[in-house]
Amino acid sequence: MTRLLDIRDLHVALPAGGQRAHAVKAADLHLEENEILCVVGESGSGKSLTARAVMGLLPKPHVHISQGEVMFQGEDLAKASEARLRQIRGSDISMIFQEPMTALNPVMTIGNQIDEVFRFHENMPGKERRARALKLLEDVHLPDPEQTLDAYPHQLSGGQRQRAMIAMALALDPKILIADEPTTALDVTTQAQVLKLIKEMQAEHGTGVLFITHDFGVVADIADRVAVMQNGLVVETGTTDEVLRNPQHPYTQGLMAAVPSLTPRAARARSEESVLSVNKLVKTYSSGGGLFGGKARVVHAAKEVTFDLARGETLGIVGESGSGKSTVARCIVRLNDAEAGEILLGGTDLRPLGRSAMRAHRSKIQMVFQDPFASLNPRTKVGKIIAQGPLLYGASTEEAREKALELLEIVGLDDRAYDRFPHEFSGGQRQRIGIARALALEPQILVADEPVSALDVSIQAQILELLDSIRDRMNLSMIFITHDLRVAAQVCDRIAVMRRGEVVEIGATEGIFANPQHEYTRDLLSAVPGKGWFASETAVAS
Amino acid sequence: MSQSSKRIRYVLKRLLQAIPIILAIVVLNFFLLQLAEGDAVDVLAGEAGSATPEYMAELRAKFGLDQPLIVQLGVYLKNVVMLDLGYSFRHEMPVSQLVFDRFIPTLILMSSTIVIAVGFGIILGLIAATGLNTWRDTAISVFALITYATPLFWVGLMLIVVFSLNLGWFPTSGMENFAMFYSGWDRVVDIAHHLVLPTITLSLFYLALYTRLMRASVLEQQGEDYVTTARAKGLTERRIVFVHVLRNALLPVVTMAGVQVGALIGGSVIVESVFAWPGLGMLAFEALFSRDLNLLLGIFLLSASLVVAVNLVVDIIYSLLDPRIEVS
Repeated sequence: MTRLLDIRDLHVALPAGGQRAHAVKAADLHLEENEILCVVGESGSGKSLTARAVMGLLPKPHVHISQGEVMFQGEDLAKASEARLRQIRGSDISMIFQEPMTALNPVMTIGNQIDEVFRFHENMPGKERRARALKLLEDVHLPDPEQTLDAYPHQLSGGQRQRAMIAMALALDPKILIADEPTTALDVTTQAQVLKLIKEMQAEHGTGVLFITHDFGVVADIADRVAVMQNGLVVETGTTDEVLRNPQHPYTQGLMAAVPSLTPRAARARSEESVLSVNKLVKTYSSGGGLFGGKARVVHAAKEVTFDLARGETLGIVGESGSGKSTVARCIVRLNDAEAGEILLGGTDLRPLGRSAMRAHRSKIQMVFQDPFASLNPRTKVGKIIAQGPLLYGASTEEAREKALELLEIVGLDDRAYDRFPHEFSGGQRQRIGIARALALEPQILVADEPVSALDVSIQAQILELLDSIRDRMNLSMIFITHDLRVAAQVCDRIAVMRRGEVVEIGATEGIFANPQHEYTRDLLSAVPGKGWFASETAVAS
Repeated sequence: MSQSSKRIRYVLKRLLQAIPIILAIVVLNFFLLQLAEGDAVDVLAGEAGSATPEYMAELRAKFGLDQPLIVQLGVYLKNVVMLDLGYSFRHEMPVSQLVFDRFIPTLILMSSTIVIAVGFGIILGLIAATGLNTWRDTAISVFALITYATPLFWVGLMLIVVFSLNLGWFPTSGMENFAMFYSGWDRVVDIAHHLVLPTITLSLFYLALYTRLMRASVLEQQGEDYVTTARAKGLTERRIVFVHVLRNALLPVVTMAGVQVGALIGGSVIVESVFAWPGLGMLAFEALFSRDLNLLLGIFLLSASLVVAVNLVVDIIYSLLDPRIEVS
């Protein structure tokens, strides 16, 4: 085996006056030919900056390599000139990114974007360039390569865009492919396909792949070797088996333990008392058309969705993007108006209620949102964010304050948080604030829309635990929207699987995981990365 | 359906939609002008100095001003539909001829202003953004700030003082030198010569605006992921700026330019006064003071049509620049 890349004692300096002096401290990594090295870590671990340092793509001059070397075939890239780096980029080392929509230029066709790579690195006639681009698109299994060449990024789906991105990166058969979270923005079934494609292309070309990810499931599926990073340090390296089966460093052990198991937890007794029942809920979105006619495109976000929720139970709604799971949640909370169906809460149908009639019921159903950064008003102090609800419902200032302080304690935050602004908190802490806010009105039902998907895995475990304990303590019922089957397995008593606005399967979590009835459920389960690698997990039937 | 035939259909549809919009504007303007006290007869009588009430009533009857408002509106609308904009008693000429004669100078001034303001704004903004925090950026930003803050009429007067009176490079006023009876190419050159100072005056403010907008837009686009991708492909900075960033950064500038064409007609009143440019702005100004409502309505109608037309052009340009916008 030839060693392609040797990173020795790499230091990446951050701008002076920041929280840390170095984003990456003394990182030692190496990559062999024909292997996939996964660099795994949580946000802020320096894994992405390490990858960018190799390409010379750090946001200079504020962030730069201050020490160490990046040896590529006997040449130190840390000292290479900009012109030399430009030669290497795209031809010897290329890169794919997390979000294929924003990583492709929206106003340029896929064909032109691939063509650029050839034009800047090789001297070949236009006809040959087009032929090679076509061949590339075929290789990454894009349907109808001819048409895709002339398509703009917005005309492709997320998975297709990432395939096009991979085609572009592999255009000149690079020795190293750097993949920075390439599947994080994709649905789980698409992720499985893209991972398979990367592996296939890697094996075919003998490429060395530096694969950055935060997801241990993905690591388990794709890596030959693993390097774990924490706060800019490489804390552990080894083969996938060594690191995942027998982690040495406490940080790695902690991360591994925090990955939710796919084996559903023991079933709990289900209460007989139903608190909410949703009957044949219908919601469609239409775009286009308008005042002067024209054809409108209609999307069925919810097609006769029916389920009920018992007291103290957690119902999971799982599905991929566009399945309508969030729409259903928003309709129940009445943030969106459904067109037909019933939302029965204690015998009252909430769906047709007007603004003022709804007011009496608002407090009974509260929502926790996905993005803890965007869902809290940045100009309002945390205490006020929480106390606002009770104040609106007639509590005195003193009562509301008491309530807010009590809730802060329940969600595990300090009293001092009361007078601070949201930006002073980390993502996990903000999600705790969001939960406290939702609880302030003492709801019967908590609707949580992807409450942990923006969080690191260790924080995710804490928030899930918190939600669990709150549910038991307050005898809440919960609707838990998630795309992550691992999370669903650990949190939900029952699961509804949605696809294209329809509930294709609903039942007890254990039953669904052990014996999925619908084909789509089976697809979802088999696409979950890293099956059988984590805590007390038995291989799931696929 | 092919892209171009789709586009033609779109233009036809938009033109059809423009008719009710313009008629609505006419009705609105008609009532708006009625809100002001006095009419053309008051002004004529005031200037004559010795008009009797009988004579004024006779004049009103002659102009049709004694009819009920709704009848006047009906008559006017009927005439507009037949492309007859009425008669200006003040100028003793048909409004359409008057307006059309003045429309050409305004169009010349407006188009040259837009080309200069948008064109140079884009170039300066791009230079400033690509040399962020260098002397180029600072110089351009200071220039933009000063021109943004200086009143138009003062700039016009100063340009006349410096370039016409002291240096004698450009004429002080007017659109062409009638005394020379130029024709053909010579006339074009003469008009262009007269055009320089008014265009600079009118475009400076907008130039500053577009420079700042373009600078901000380029900076925003440079932080986008696709720029990193382009770098990772090994492209040169030149190619990244001119091919990838430029087209994306143009979008907000084009939007803004489309909105401001309307404002430009208003802004040109000052410049036309300062340089005695025989345009619509001047005409509107005179018409307002002589209560020549027919003429004012005609000018408003033309301006409204112009804005509608420019908006259509901007939308077409937009759909050419950004494939995500579909014309349909």
